[in-house]
Amino acid sequence: MSSFQWDWSYAWSTVPLLLEGIRITIIATFFGTIIAFVLGLVWTLIRIAAIPVVSPAVTLVVQFLRGTPFLIQLFFLFYVLPTWGVTFSPLATGIIGLGLFNSAQTSEIYRAGIEDIPVGQWEASLVLGLPIRRVWLGVVLPQSIYSVLPVLGNVVISMFKETSVLSTITVFELTAQGMDVGFQYFRFIEPLTLVGVMYFIISYIAAIGTRHLEARNARQS
Amino acid sequence: MPGNPSSKLHIVTEPQTQIVSMKGICKSYGDRKILDGVNFDVAPGEKVALIGPSGSGKTTILRLAIGLIRPDEGTICVDGRYMWHEETASGLKPAGERNARVTRRALGMVFQHFNLFPHMTALENVREPLVHALDLPRAESDARAIDLLRQVGLGEHMTKRPSQLSGGQQQRVAIARSLALRPKVMLFDEVTSALDPELVGEVLRVVRDLAQASDMSMLIVTHEISFAADIADRVLMFDQGKIIEDGPPAQVLKNPRNARTKQFLRAIIER
Repeated sequence: MSSFQWDWSYAWSTVPLLLEGIRITIIATFFGTIIAFVLGLVWTLIRIAAIPVVSPAVTLVVQFLRGTPFLIQLFFLFYVLPTWGVTFSPLATGIIGLGLFNSAQTSEIYRAGIEDIPVGQWEASLVLGLPIRRVWLGVVLPQSIYSVLPVLGNVVISMFKETSVLSTITVFELTAQGMDVGFQYFRFIEPLTLVGVMYFIISYIAAIGTRHLEARNARQS
Repeated sequence: MPGNPSSKLHIVTEPQTQIVSMKGICKSYGDRKILDGVNFDVAPGEKVALIGPSGSGKTTILRLAIGLIRPDEGTICVDGRYMWHEETASGLKPAGERNARVTRRALGMVFQHFNLFPHMTALENVREPLVHALDLPRAESDARAIDLLRQVGLGEHMTKRPSQLSGGQQQRVAIARSLALRPKVMLFDEVTSALDPELVGEVLRVVRDLAQASDMSMLIVTHEISFAADIADRVLMFDQGKIIEDGPPAQVLKNPRNARTKQFLRAIIER
């Protein structure tokens, strides 16, 4: 009977450890986001540039990243790469894994944003004699990234939740901390409930943020 | 376009007597022939109105003149330079986008749907080509951009984005922007067609003032017949990919010889 009772003092005692877990979760999400946003843009630009061999190769990589489970990619980075002499810390491995996996999603999002740019923007740039570099950096990318910001926001939210998978490669993020506390005292209900609540609060706030961006975009178009 | 067999036939150039010279222009989209062997020249300073039913090829002529599209056949020469050819000792050789970029500098274009950059203010829109195409210093670019916006009556609205401006104001920003590079030839592609009726006047007034005050050549595609009569030195009537009438407005618009022109003008006036 006791296992179904909620023990407030026990729950409270787990909070400092869980907060330490949140710190790692946020670090992983933050750096994973940077990698995913930058790498996704690189993939997109290479694909649009239609470079022989390189662009088809990148398309294949993106398809591969989209078509295999995140957990398998993570295990590969963590267990296989070291046998080839490439070793990172668990957290760094997790961040790279998150960034790689999500770069495939962001690449598709950027591409959609770029394809949505009206042809008139390209034509105006051409007749005004803007150099191609400026057309991309000053005209096309600012507009397309702005328009896909809400969708990118959703990628960040799902990445935030995906960080829990990093617990499988010994990264002590929020989920791993919750499990660890549970195993120490053989009580899981309090830590795991708190873990769930913490994920929910943060992603809910973030979701409000992306809805805000969506509303703003809708107003302007 | 590479290996265009007709290109060798037009080796003779008449430097500077014509600012725009189009010869033997053909353009098709799929099975649809848009332009069928069009020839015409524009003299420096000449204001030419292009009229005709939609689909007759007049907008395509403007897009060809500024090199937004390539002709299937024929040559385009602007301000003494070919758009898609290079002059060599042995005649004309096909050339690419790099060559077109240089020729394009002599031209400016105003579009039916303005095509302003929506994430930039009016001032930034006009400044854009000055800073990034001409590589002028920021201060000089700003001064010129402000001057141009005042010229089109938008001195009060320089810090507004296109979404905060009316259609007529947006089109005037677009006109200022295309003037920034001081083109020798300006192309106006149905610049009032996308506007609410009450905003047409302010844009036509700007174009009219420009036509009267400057020595630029102008090619103006328009459905505003009285406007064309007012400012054009010459009117070209297009029908089914050909120029079917070419002459001063008094003749083409008031006294057309071609039955198709008469029919078109009657339809427009009754609208």
